[in-house]
Amino acid sequence: MELDCRGLSCPEPVIRTKRAIADKPESIDVLVDQRAPLENVSRFLKAMKYNVAVEELDGEWKIKATK
Amino acid sequence: MKTDVKLTSMVKTSGCAAKLPPEKLHRVIDNLPLMKSDKLLEGFESADDALVYQVTDDIVSVQTVDFFPPMVDDPFIFGEVAAANALSDVYAMGGEPAVAMNLLCFPSCLELDVMDKILRGGIAKVKEAGAVIAGGHTIADPTPKYGLCVTGYMKKDEVWSNSGAGCGDAVVLTKALGVGIVNTAAKGGEASQKSIDEAVDSMTRLNKIARDTARKYAVHAATDVTGFSLAGHSQECAAASGVSIEFDINELPIIEGARELATFGFIPEGRYTNEDYLFDKVRFEEGIAQDLIDIAFDPQTSGGLLLFMPEADAKAFVKEMDKPYCKLIGRVVPKAERDVIFK
Repeated sequence: MELDCRGLSCPEPVIRTKRAIADKPESIDVLVDQRAPLENVSRFLKAMKYNVAVEELDGEWKIKATK
Repeated sequence: MKTDVKLTSMVKTSGCAAKLPPEKLHRVIDNLPLMKSDKLLEGFESADDALVYQVTDDIVSVQTVDFFPPMVDDPFIFGEVAAANALSDVYAMGGEPAVAMNLLCFPSCLELDVMDKILRGGIAKVKEAGAVIAGGHTIADPTPKYGLCVTGYMKKDEVWSNSGAGCGDAVVLTKALGVGIVNTAAKGGEASQKSIDEAVDSMTRLNKIARDTARKYAVHAATDVTGFSLAGHSQECAAASGVSIEFDINELPIIEGARELATFGFIPEGRYTNEDYLFDKVRFEEGIAQDLIDIAFDPQTSGGLLLFMPEADAKAFVKEMDKPYCKLIGRVVPKAERDVIFK
């Protein structure tokens, strides 16, 4: 599953990520393009017990979360 | 006309978190021509809370202006918070507000009743401060913003600057931290009512009682903690005073629930821009929890006074205030490699 949170201001990316993992998927990728959502979505997913890795692509980031 | 509009849905950033990032701001203002006057005792260069202008031999005026977009949906409370925040800069200089003017940006799509409530919230706080509102200026603008230009008068030798902190002084904070985090979570509907109530109570509370009480004690330096966070505003004091400041991170007064909300990523963007600006000026000892670092960089709206006092005075002041949110949180030490150290 991939969620596009580019262009969104906090707390919207975290709120959308929270909705997206309501059914507890095994993995999710979240795309962000600013530092605050990168940090905040990563923190949220870690707090929800996901393992989080970040891939940087041209000033954007893909947050890869797996159980 | 919209009647049930959520004020915070009309803005991207709110309260003092809407401040332009300090790094960007300094890139411009550090290169502006410095305007000097023999009567201007505190101006741009000292980064103090308000300007201090000599009126007579022993009386100065203390002036400030502050306005921002809403961080709460209730227009009356927004008016109260914006006014309490603007008035605070005069209290942070040790003064008493005398006269204020409104600054209002108001969307043409909103009911005039909303404007009425914002302005009434401002009046309520200015009245509580014992000052008067005398006019103002209003602009039609898609993003609502409100605040005040405030002037106070005081004796020249009673001004609390941000540059008088001396080694051995104790550091007292008079309001709890974490308001920016709670406001961010509230915008997403994720903050508990208890956290919201505590944040609103804190933001609408005038720094008048803290200032009036502290006037009975020796105060070597003072500022208020707003958008640049505890770390940022204390760094300004440390730099202006030529000292370093040590905080006991476990002593910080924190709004109920703010630490947990930070853990879940409900953190305003300003927390990160504050860190970007301060990364080589502030140090955290190893082992400090991430959510406490978030609290230290969290932009506050209408935050408390940060007072630098002899230890005995600080202890007596905290005892007299007798509030859980008013605490002795650190001390002034000789200038070290970093301006601010969290232990």
